[in-house]
Amino acid sequence: MTKKTWMAGLAIATAAWGSLASAQTALTMWYHGAGNEVEAKIINQIISDFNASQKDWAVTLQSFPQAAYNDSVTAGALAGNLPDILDVDGPNMPNWAWAGYMQPLQIDESKIANFLPGPQGHWGGKLYSIGLWDAAVALVTRQSYLDELKLRTPTLDKPWTAAEFQGALDAAKASGKFKFALDLGMAWTGEWYPYAFSPFLQSFGGDIVDRTTYKTAEGALNGPDAIAFGNWWQGLFKGGYAQATQDPADRDNGFAAGQYAFSWNGNWAALNALKAFPDTLFLPAPDFGHGSKIGAASWQFGVSAKSTHPDGASKFIEFALQDKYLADFSNGIGLIPPTTTAAAMTENYKPGGPMAVFYDLTKAQALVRPVTPGYIVDAKVFEKAVADIANGADVTATLDAAVDEINADITKNNGYGQ
Amino acid sequence: MATISADSRGLRLAVRYTVLGIIAIIFVFPLVFMLVSSLKPDAQLLADTASLRAFLPVGDISFDNYTAAFKRAPVGLFIMNSVIVTGITVVLSLLVCSMAAFAFVFVNWKGRELVLTIILATLIVPFETIAIPLLLISSKLPWIGLDGLKWGWLNSYHVQIVPFMADGLTIYLFVQYFKDLPGELIEAARVEGATWGQIYRRIVMPLAGPVLATAAILKFLAMYNQYLWPLMVVQEEGYRPVMVGLQYFFQLNRAWGEIMAYLSLITIPVLAFYLYLQKAFIASIASTGVKG
Repeated sequence: MTKKTWMAGLAIATAAWGSLASAQTALTMWYHGAGNEVEAKIINQIISDFNASQKDWAVTLQSFPQAAYNDSVTAGALAGNLPDILDVDGPNMPNWAWAGYMQPLQIDESKIANFLPGPQGHWGGKLYSIGLWDAAVALVTRQSYLDELKLRTPTLDKPWTAAEFQGALDAAKASGKFKFALDLGMAWTGEWYPYAFSPFLQSFGGDIVDRTTYKTAEGALNGPDAIAFGNWWQGLFKGGYAQATQDPADRDNGFAAGQYAFSWNGNWAALNALKAFPDTLFLPAPDFGHGSKIGAASWQFGVSAKSTHPDGASKFIEFALQDKYLADFSNGIGLIPPTTTAAAMTENYKPGGPMAVFYDLTKAQALVRPVTPGYIVDAKVFEKAVADIANGADVTATLDAAVDEINADITKNNGYGQ
Repeated sequence: MATISADSRGLRLAVRYTVLGIIAIIFVFPLVFMLVSSLKPDAQLLADTASLRAFLPVGDISFDNYTAAFKRAPVGLFIMNSVIVTGITVVLSLLVCSMAAFAFVFVNWKGRELVLTIILATLIVPFETIAIPLLLISSKLPWIGLDGLKWGWLNSYHVQIVPFMADGLTIYLFVQYFKDLPGELIEAARVEGATWGQIYRRIVMPLAGPVLATAAILKFLAMYNQYLWPLMVVQEEGYRPVMVGLQYFFQLNRAWGEIMAYLSLITIPVLAFYLYLQKAFIASIASTGVKG
């Protein structure tokens, strides 16, 4: 074979390979994890595996920093420039679906039957998003603190009652050993407030909105149970158990520095706590009368309404739901895998693992935030109300005003179509 | 009497330098804190904030935060993008706004007072109120580039530059400055047969050094600190500027040392630009009465 023939053959082969490669339809994807090297590595690996696994679709990724992500998506939607696949913070999904940013997933739901409820993004009876992990909050403390303060170790079956929790705070305060008995994370403004604090309200028997209709907050956010929550909440700060305004540095390092006896914190901070104190415990939320509650739902994947290839986009999301990727994310960034089989593959959440308790907490206590397009407004109103109450505002008047604001928003948006 | 006068002058000088010294320290401390903190590990940085050690390069000092910052985000790319966008916008803005001001001050045409009033009125309109209409327009505009005609300006340098090429404040600065130039110069040039272009190029602009410096610095700062607009119109990392890039460092567990390192790095172009134009800037403030 002459050199010319070889060259011609090579050219034809290259062209054939090129046309084969270009036969893959391009799918664009936006993700909120820019700046997180570990997340970027895992998501790129999933994309690379998916692109190599079939010949129909090729996903390309555009990462955004988390703090700028929601605004970028809103601007993209306004400009008609959304990608095929996007990720969405669980409680925001109903709003994005209602606003026409997202369309339902084309995924066989039997494939996610074994998922924890938090990562499943249903709205209007349809599955719009699915998460590769969940997040949970626990009452972080040390076994040595409980021993010193002579406190019972609460369990999932028998969490602390409101009285027991108050007793624990009193004991921690009376010991004089801590700057504050309780670190609530007041420095983390924004979504942390409804995510972390509304479960207290729900455990009291109230809620941010009335979930039976999603048409009013009357009674839910200003009824007797909600007022009882507000009084208890305000008492934490008036009584000197917790600080209403907190330095972010104290939030990041206060528990490890021994400033707090108890810290209300998420599983993402658990490894650092364990590193600081090997006897760290992750306790279930106290039961204020209507069961122990913690928040649920984290970031999830969905398909944009603009996508002309929802089948391909859904295929990618389905591909990403493999246990090995769920385990990779959990091992990489410490989040809770959504299936027991994936949990068993992880370092931290396998049975007997140092953070396995979070999986059990999520399974037993998790309650998703109100599944309504109005949540993005409700969340801000709730955040302001609990911050005001923490700073001494009148409980009843503040909650009444919050109800009025939420109801006005629901009315303005014609009930959000619900 | 001479002795008393000298003493009093000396005292005044001492008071003046003391006050200026205190003001300088107040302004320099945040910069010192940023630079020093960028060299410390997070635990030490947070522990030191409660004492004067926060301003001293003591303890476990290294450039690890800088290495980590470059690993977390394409810092060089963000700085380059900001310098490109800011640099081009500053140059175009000086050109366009000075020409506009020249036309308002020296050329007689019908309606110029009304047009100038309308332009100055835009000073009271916050950018946030026009951001969405601007986004809708710029996402549909045509652009002829190296790869031919393209519809929509999103994800480009020009979408970050063109809307800011002219603004009311810069035009106002030039107008005020041009009004103080001796009218005889312009009249003499006209009598000699100079065209408006020649007068602009050869007479007015060579005298406009201080106002050029002021306008350049103000525009530079405004453009370099852009956040909302690039957030809205740039979805591709390749075109992101430094302020959007800053968000890469605000994860749940914040790496404060890396944040300080990143801030130190992105402050360098601003400081360099200001120091380069400092004298002219101060001269311009003194002559135009622009403050704050």
